[in-house]
Amino acid sequence: MAAHIAEKKGTFLEEVIEATPGGERLVHCLQCGSCGGSCPSGADMEYTPRTLFAMISGGDREAVLAANTMWACVSCYFCTSRCPQNIPITDIMYTLKRISIAERRYKNTDAPALAKTFTDFVDKYGRSYEAGLATGYHLLKRWKPIQLMKMGPMGVQMFTKGRMAILPTKIRQIDQLQAIIKKAKELSASEKK
Amino acid sequence: MKYAYYPGCSLECNAAAYDNSVHEVADLLGIKLQTLDDWNCCGATEYFSQDELTACAVIARNLALVEPQVNQLVAPCAACYLNLKKTDRLMSDHAELGAKVNECLAAGGLNYKPGRVTVRHMLDVIVDDIGETAVRDKVVRPLTGLKVAPYYGCQVVRPIADGDCTEYPMKMDHLLTWIGAEVVDYPVKAHCCGGHMTQISEPQAFELIRRLLQSAQDYQADMILCMCPMCQLNLDGYQGRVNGFFGSDFKLPIMYFTQMLGIAFGLEPKKLGFGKELVAALPVLKAKLNGQFALS
Repeated sequence: MAAHIAEKKGTFLEEVIEATPGGERLVHCLQCGSCGGSCPSGADMEYTPRTLFAMISGGDREAVLAANTMWACVSCYFCTSRCPQNIPITDIMYTLKRISIAERRYKNTDAPALAKTFTDFVDKYGRSYEAGLATGYHLLKRWKPIQLMKMGPMGVQMFTKGRMAILPTKIRQIDQLQAIIKKAKELSASEKK
Repeated sequence: MKYAYYPGCSLECNAAAYDNSVHEVADLLGIKLQTLDDWNCCGATEYFSQDELTACAVIARNLALVEPQVNQLVAPCAACYLNLKKTDRLMSDHAELGAKVNECLAAGGLNYKPGRVTVRHMLDVIVDDIGETAVRDKVVRPLTGLKVAPYYGCQVVRPIADGDCTEYPMKMDHLLTWIGAEVVDYPVKAHCCGGHMTQISEPQAFELIRRLLQSAQDYQADMILCMCPMCQLNLDGYQGRVNGFFGSDFKLPIMYFTQMLGIAFGLEPKKLGFGKELVAALPVLKAKLNGQFALS
């Protein structure tokens, strides 16, 4: 095993392992396929997690980061709880999303735009903001006004039922939260250098 | 027992029915919930997709805000619950990450000692801390003859199950039998509702929603009970769109388990947030339970 670990220095496998808490379990993948078989989105994936892990071990960084696997993941953790080797598969999907977003490698998915729109509101108000998310994401980031129109009737229903607030809520100590977020982003940026 | 309470963003408005019914039921059962002062959003899955340290720091601020004399934090939303629990675990198990999170918190004058706060879901508090006898004692309107499908979703039971099975959880099943309901045993009770996928890929999300509605209907459920606002929104709010997409005709009310608990305890439907669901539940309740007791 020591030789095996030594071999991965400077490889994509090492990069993924280093960026994932508990990621060192990845070298124990048996290629059993329990993950893909358990995945509710398996049919929508170009490569199931099992295949993707083989590609990571093989160092096929480009293809892995361009894959739709992590973007089809709905974070249901079936793969993680069923993996006989205790590989934190869902967390590895998050790691791949992060690298893919940082390097803008993703294709054909609006998930990064949704994530950014969502967290921009939290950065600003300290709370999520559904009405702003729906309009900001579908109109500004995604430019799919038709999508917003399709959602229109449901939005109206939610609004008339009192389930959609027009204005955002802001936390009292937003300065404190923003100082924490600023520090986190600085530390993360300095680590990537 | 006193608990700190983290409602989460959904319960402020979209899932106000859940918040109302949680408080009504908690009061009746003697569960003291003290809302965490100035809590912030847990970030759902969206910070984790971009920056792990920011994700953990944003979540940990809430853990740090729990008063020193309280060591239990209750979250009714599955995403909030998992985020809070997971961050506490990550900080405990990975000391280096824990130290960095505390470095971030220090920028806001805060600190959190991993393991100090135990994160709980509302269902676990009612089933494990209050228990069968106390729940049965409060039942004045047993839900006899009402077929309810307990829906657990993903993130409360996985990856960190709090004394329940990650594959085939039973806690809500037990609770529903205590209040006299007929529990529908259907195979997809811990499968995924699609989460935020409705916003990214509707065909993918709608198929996941359809599977749940179809299975509950096949097993003749009168309604589905949720324990997460995202699940409720997807199954209830999108039910009409799913029908349009597949040409189906689902009309299944999707309620929170605390709402039906409140009905069994004799509370007024309105106080429990009935009427906020898009697929109306009261007609079903009246049809199934009429003759046993009146519902306003």
